[in-house]
Amino acid sequence: MNIVEANNLVKIYARGSEKIYALNNISFSIKKGEIVSVIGQSGSGKTTLVNVLGCLDNPSIGSLKIDGQEIFKNTDFVKENLKFSEIELTKIRRKFFGYIFQKFFLIPTLTVKENILLPSVFQKQFIVDEKRLNDITEMLGISKRQNHLPSQLSGGEMQRVAIARALINNPQILIADEPTGNLDSKRSSEIQELLLNLNKNHNITIILVTHNLELAKIGNSIIELFDGQIKKN
Amino acid sequence: MNIFQLSYKNLLRRKVRTSFTVIGIIISTWVLVTLLGFNKGYENSLNNDIDGMGFQIVLTAKGCPYEAATLMLKGGTGLRYMPEEIVKEVNFAEEVDKTTAMLMHAEFDPNKGENGGTIVYLGIDPDTYPEMKPYLNFKQGNWFNEKSVNEIVLGYEAAELEQREIGDLMLILGSELEFKVVGVLNRTGTQDDGMIFLPLKTVQEIFDKKGELTMLGIRLKRDADISAFEEKLYELPDIQVVSMAQVKNTIMNLVSSAKVIVFSIAFIAFLIAMFGVLNTVLMSVFERYQEIGILKAMGALPKDIFNIILIETALLCSIGGIIGIIFSYLFSNVSEIAIRHFLPFTPSGSLIKVDEKIAVISFFAIILIGIIGGIYPALHASNIRPLDAIRSDS
Ligand SMILES: Nc1ncnc2c1ncn2[C@@H]1O[C@H](COP(=O)(O)OP(=O)(O)O)[C@@H](O)[C@H]1O
Ligand SMILES: [Mg+2]
Repeated sequence: MNIVEANNLVKIYARGSEKIYALNNISFSIKKGEIVSVIGQSGSGKTTLVNVLGCLDNPSIGSLKIDGQEIFKNTDFVKENLKFSEIELTKIRRKFFGYIFQKFFLIPTLTVKENILLPSVFQKQFIVDEKRLNDITEMLGISKRQNHLPSQLSGGEMQRVAIARALINNPQILIADEPTGNLDSKRSSEIQELLLNLNKNHNITIILVTHNLELAKIGNSIIELFDGQIKKN
Repeated sequence: MNIFQLSYKNLLRRKVRTSFTVIGIIISTWVLVTLLGFNKGYENSLNNDIDGMGFQIVLTAKGCPYEAATLMLKGGTGLRYMPEEIVKEVNFAEEVDKTTAMLMHAEFDPNKGENGGTIVYLGIDPDTYPEMKPYLNFKQGNWFNEKSVNEIVLGYEAAELEQREIGDLMLILGSELEFKVVGVLNRTGTQDDGMIFLPLKTVQEIFDKKGELTMLGIRLKRDADISAFEEKLYELPDIQVVSMAQVKNTIMNLVSSAKVIVFSIAFIAFLIAMFGVLNTVLMSVFERYQEIGILKAMGALPKDIFNIILIETALLCSIGGIIGIIFSYLFSNVSEIAIRHFLPFTPSGSLIKVDEKIAVISFFAIILIGIIGGIYPALHASNIRPLDAIRSDS
């Protein structure tokens, strides 16, 4: 069963009068429980791709299905056949996705615990009990940090908090855009362990963008982008 | 955790900026409460003064109606006189319950205030005046012993100002005579508090105004037709009929221009508060561009973000509003002194009357104003896309 199906995705940015094809005819699919690594040079379109897959952005043309549901379909530039509104996209995001980024984006005024619980503030249907919170912080090794502020944490710990926040609502797909980009190699390999563990023990599908080829190797498949296109190898 | 906590914690992030905004809201609430309190208090005090006269109609010699109106309540210069015979004619009318004749006399007192001032003596008829005002009672002593006698009764404030008690002597300005204080009245909250009362006959004698009066207070029978009676009075020659309702209107007209000034100040204070809120909240939205985008990526709907920002605004306004209301209660005396400077005529009681209703109305008004100021930033924030935040580099 394909949880993600992308067909002929094109994303065009206008820079003045110039058009940039950040994604140029990308097609591939991801099976439930897979890890897919996305690699490529800076500017090759990795972030654009995962943002589109993660329903944070709409493509210009192409079609996208998540868990069999058509989210976007647009065969030409003139007519939009199907485009979800921001509210509909939010609901899809709530249902399927957790995100971690190179920057941790923790809210500085909230404690670790409050940061982790943030998604549940907006999604009343997820009742997060103490046990789930404790299990997740335990697994990520930040259970003793729950009442600290982000400014009191190290970079590695901050990324763990961001991961805990991404996991708290039990997403099916974790989108990780260069999650180790700001970490040293020791912290990086810890995050690598964590991702593998999440995938194996919790059956979470992971789309992992990275510069780090060692890390990319945890993927069941590796997609290399070059100028917005998938490089065949 | 809930949306309220998110809003509240955010306000604590920029304590100085938050405080300044709250101070702005405090000031505008304070101004509003004071203004509404004034609106109510002034009219109350004026009504009090007018009811305190004990009569609905006053006759004076013909003259300017404005002058007559203020004369009635505060005493004044340019006094005109009418003959005493008028009393009999008026008493004859069937509508009349009681009348009381008065002669007012004003003298310049070089020792009053910095540059001197007028001192007003009110000659009253000891037979009828106390009857007209049964609520007057004495702190010390009593009314005059005879119809014509060199004795003084002092209003509460007059006694304090002159520092006199019963048994003391007081020089009557414009004469060489010293009168004995025989009574000091209790406080009434009306213009009587500042009066120096002498027997009518005595005032007529010492100031050479035999057979003359400045005013005749008339109390009508309960179901008398006031306008029909006024019509009759107009037949009397050289007489001005002043009904107390008319006096009140005249004074309220004088005051309305002062009210316009006060209302304008309040309006400006409100605008300032509104733009203060708008500015503060908008700045905090701009600063949190990334954070708001992340909240959206975490599943916040546009309306969630809208609510967070509006709750922040409402919190700012509630805190400022409550403190502002407390301030207006605590400092109503200060505001009163300030307002008195603007007014052409001030009644004796307190001018600012703040009550629960005014406090509640003001509180909701300031919250409404704040929310209006918060709508634009909230809309702006709710339209931030998660992507903008993730892509932005700041
Ligand atoms: N909002 C944007 N407007 C214009 N060009 C953009 C925008 N976002 C990305 N790009 C361009 O699209 C290309 C792909 O960018 P990106 O997906 O961030 O690459 P990567 O993540 O691989 O470094 C780059 O050339 C980048 O400059
Ligand atoms: Mg990138």
